[in-house]
Formats: sequence, structure tokens, C-alpha cells
Amino acid sequence: MNIAVLIKQTPDTAELPKISVEEARSGELRATMVLNPWDEFAVEEAIDLSYRFGCKTTAVSMGRAGETDALKHALAMGVENALLVDEEVAGGGDEWAAADALAAAVTRVGEEGDVELVLTGKMSVDGNSGVIYAGVACKLGWDLLVNVTRIVDIADGKLIAEQAFEGGQETVEVPMPVVISVAKEINEPRYPSFMGIRKASRAAIPVLGSADIHVAASSTARWTDLEKPEVEQVQVRIIEGDSVEEKAARLADVLMAEKVI
Amino acid sequence: MASSSDLLYTEEHNLVRKMAYDFTRNEVMPIIAEHDRNHSFPHELLPRMAQLGFLGICLPACYGGAGMDFLSLGIVSEALEYGDSSVRETVAVHLALHALPIFQWGTEEQKRTFLPGLAAGDHIACFGLTEPGAGSDVAALQARAQRQGGEYILSGEKMWITLADVADRFLVFAKTQPDQGARGISAFILERGWKGLATGTLEGKMGVRASNTGWINMQEVRVPAEYRLGQEGEGFKIAMSCLDNARFGVAAGSVGIIRACIDESVKYALQRKTFGKPIAEHQLIQQMIAQMQQDLDIGELLVWKAGTLKNQGVRNTRETSMAKWFCTEAARRAADNAVQIHGAYGYSDEYNVERHLRNTKSAVIYEGTSQIHTLMQAAYTLGMRDDRPLRCPMPAYDPDAWQ
Repeated sequence: MNIAVLIKQTPDTAELPKISVEEARSGELRATMVLNPWDEFAVEEAIDLSYRFGCKTTAVSMGRAGETDALKHALAMGVENALLVDEEVAGGGDEWAAADALAAAVTRVGEEGDVELVLTGKMSVDGNSGVIYAGVACKLGWDLLVNVTRIVDIADGKLIAEQAFEGGQETVEVPMPVVISVAKEINEPRYPSFMGIRKASRAAIPVLGSADIHVAASSTARWTDLEKPEVEQVQVRIIEGDSVEEKAARLADVLMAEKVI
Repeated sequence: MASSSDLLYTEEHNLVRKMAYDFTRNEVMPIIAEHDRNHSFPHELLPRMAQLGFLGICLPACYGGAGMDFLSLGIVSEALEYGDSSVRETVAVHLALHALPIFQWGTEEQKRTFLPGLAAGDHIACFGLTEPGAGSDVAALQARAQRQGGEYILSGEKMWITLADVADRFLVFAKTQPDQGARGISAFILERGWKGLATGTLEGKMGVRASNTGWINMQEVRVPAEYRLGQEGEGFKIAMSCLDNARFGVAAGSVGIIRACIDESVKYALQRKTFGKPIAEHQLIQQMIAQMQQDLDIGELLVWKAGTLKNQGVRNTRETSMAKWFCTEAARRAADNAVQIHGAYGYSDEYNVERHLRNTKSAVIYEGTSQIHTLMQAAYTLGMRDDRPLRCPMPAYDPDAWQ
């Protein structure tokens, strides 16, 4: 069985505020690019499943030619293969077009029809849409599980997983193939190993372009304007009181009044 | 702006850099200030560092190491000291001052016996050269080793030994021929638990408080002859070659401190306002930031030069000494300026720069004081010093054979 992990290369979160509107528009970001932190959990889960069930793992990312930092990081962590989808395939389109291109790429992983599980993080730290995996599941015609906190078992063409929801947790069984977005509670991502780093640095990552993948869907949404939010002015309020209990009670009142709790 | 990472290092190096800095930010920095405050050793980091391969990073895989090169050792040293000097010191002492000397000078049997356990972190090792009355003047050391059949009997005292009370393996130096000065020194590997061997911790240090520093006492410790490293009388050369390894890590680590001081100072200077504007807009603050950046750029190049020579198997005593001398002094300057930029806040342990300032004072003393390095560089330039070939030079890095 093959697992495809959909990952995105995003700016280091510490550098996100430094990115200008012009850089975002052009895509020429002058920032350290890393594996989207949410996707690290998906990569870790794929590696863990490869040990548990003998699956083969492939990381798939869409980006410009040469944008392979995130894919190399996934390889260094222990994913077996990597595949870059040239973003030109999606024609500068929206999330729906990206999902279309990624779904097409999933079908090119391993032997045809061999991928039975797609893993991905809940969202990217730059785009924040959190809908790509739903689009991929829709395009592939597969079931979708979201916010998965544990993959319990894979057997007899079915997958059993635990999903978290507001105030509770449920265990579900789905027929495979299936698309899963994982929650951060699912695991603790490992650091790359030196052996993995050597392998990653020497890897030639294949690229799928327009000649390999045809995406019919046209974009339905485009940017008409883009601006950075105003820097929020933060005010500090010191809660006074004669005792710790009184201070805590007043703090709780303020937080409730501000609808924080 | 092209970074030195792009110009000087390979993609493999940059992946190592990312991993090592992630480790420092995620694992070291959240806990180290408390350890520094409590003068406690961060034992919890050792298994993690061993698991990641830091403890044997530049040992060949056939001896249990990670098979990476010397530049990778420098990168990991830099990243660890970005967090705190004490954590980098652990790698420097364990690997550069104990495991690498065995790799360089040991017999094949010694390498196969000792190195895998060290690389895996099953054993933690230290280096015992300095004595209460012998620091820079190594030839003055008083520890004695007397041959008796198939054993040596070691007696003496070692002082200011990093990891003395944590390690279970010791590389110590003692005189086998006391009347022959430096040429009468030999090197021995000792194990904790041997009769007559005791260690203790020294209290009251100004800096590197999250590292263990202590003493080793040897009272007629019986050491099997096969635990002697190198030939009899070769100890001084072994000790000096050890310093070539360790000084490289100290220099690279100091680059990490400068980088940390820049990051913290820039962040603070852009936020803190005086006279109606961020202090980053005041020229005297800018002068200090610029000085730090200048030191960082120079330090990076000196470390890269020394590491590249090591990779090539070229004798690098002069270049490593220069890197250590410059980088430790530059790190002390950077930490001093960083505290100054932070003002009163920099004087408290609420910010890391105060800890960096205390730590950097030790680095201009250990592994050869700045004065020793000044004299060394003068001697090289004046033609008064020349490095003769060693019987056992450190092997050049071989990516095929080491991996």
C-alpha cells in the first residue's frame, strides 16, 4: 500500500510578519522556507504507519520549480520518496485548482491506483484555507476524515481512526481509500536523522508539469486586492487586588467581560 | 543578501543546520535558563542528543558514528551554543576531547572497543589534562603513571574538568618519564568504578552553570596497559591535537553566541522606545549591532576555513587557534554589547544575554587563553613556530568510507 502525504512549503512562522504584500503577490518570498508545521504531523504519521503496516510513503508538494526545501525535510525525516508538482499545472488558480492538481498527482504515485491513503495537515500557516484536503477527497471521490488524533488500525481494506471534535472524541471506521487530515495531538514529529539528511541532500526529486498532469478546472476565485492588517496596538492592564484570590477573581471577570472565557 | 550558508555550505550542511537549530530552540532553550539558575546539569538532554547522533557526529559509521564531516560538527556546535554554552561543551568534551583522540591515535582494537559506546551515548566521556598547578603550562603537570607489568599505576589530581562528575570514561594525562618534561607525558583511558578513582563537582562558577565542572582524584589507580592511548611519551602531542579538535567546536559555538546576541538585540532594539522612537534608530545602538554583524561574518569564515582544512586532513593548528581566539573574544564583545543594548533588563536573567555574557568569559580562558593564542599566532607569523607532522594525523573526511 502507498501513502501520499500532501505537504506545503511555507515561510518560517517567525518570518511571516516580515513578508510584504508585493512579495505575496509575486510569490518571490524573501523568507526562510520550511515544511508547513501542520504538515509535519502528517509526515510523522506516514513514517509511523510505514513501520506499523509496511506501507510505502511519498511526500507530494506543489510549488515552483526548485522549491524543494519542504520535500527534502520530509525525506530527511524518513519519507521514502518525494514528488513536486509544478504550480503552473494549477495555472495560478485557487484552492479548487490546487486540489485538482494534487489529486491528479496522487494518482501518479506508485503503481496506478496503489495509493490508498492520503495524509495532510489541517491547514497551511500562510494560506490558512484548510480546504485543500477536502477538495482532494472530492476530486478523488474518496471518503474524508478530519481532525484525526489516532489511526488505530488498517485491515481488510478498512481504516479505523479516532477523531476529535468539540468536547469529545469518536472512533470511526471507513473503507479505503481515504483522505485524512491530522490534528497536532496525533504524534510528536521526529527530527531528521543524519542518515535521512544525507539521503535527502542527494535526492533528485521528480517534477510533474503540465505535460504530465492535465487540470481541467478553472479557478473560481482570484485575488482582487491584498493588504496586510494594521499592526494591533496591544494594551497592558494590571489587575490589582489585596490578595491573590481577589486578583484572580477580578481577572476572571475581565476575561468574561471580553468574552475570552 | 547572500548568506554564508548558501555560499560556504552544501545542502546537506544546511539540512543539518535546520535540524540542529530546531533541536536547540525546541529542546534546549525552554529548559536551560532554569538549569543555569540552579547550577544543574541537563541530564535529560543527553539521550536526545545521543539519539540524534550529536555525540558521534563526525565519527565513521563503522565505529557507530553518524559519518558526517567536520563542518557538520561546527554547525551543530554553533546551533547548540546559540542556546547555551554548557550544551555545546558537552559535545566538545565528549566527542572532540575524548572520542576523536581515540579515533586519531587509538589502535584498531581500541577504536572498535571504545567508540561505538561513546557514539551511542552509552558512555559519557571527559578529558583530564589541567591540574591545580598546571594549566597553560602542560609540561608542568604532576600526575604520575608508573608501569608495573601489564598495568600502569596512576596517581594525581585533575582540576577544572568539564563533565568530571557526569562522565564514566576519562582520558587523563600523566607523566611516565617525569624527568623528560613534555616528552615524558602519556595518555590513558580510565573507567568510573576503578579502585582509587574519585570525582567531584566544583561550585561557584561565574558562567556555564548548566555544565558540570569538577575534579578527578587518582590514588594508585591500576590501568591496564591496553588502555594507554598512543605510545609512551606521546601524551603531550595527543593533548595538543585534542585541543585542535576542541578549539574548533569552541570557535563555532562562539559564532552561535554572536548570532544569538544579534537576534535578541535586534528584536529588543526594534521594540524598545526611548525619546519617542525605537532605540534601533539611535546611532550608538546601531554601532553595536554593526560590530556584532562584522564579528559574525568574520567568525563564520574563520570557522569554515578551519573546518574545511580538517575535512581535507590538512594540519590546522594555526587556523583553528586563530578561529578560537577571534571567535571567543568576538562572542564576549557581542554579549557585552547585547547586555548594553538591553539596558537594565539585560542585567537580569529575564533575558538570555546576561547568561551569554557570563558564559563567554570562560571561553576566552579554556582551551588556551587568549594570551596563549596571541603568542601562538605571533610565533607562526615571526617564523618561530612550525607544526611538524604527527605520527597519527587526523584522517581526512571520506564520505564514502565514513558512511
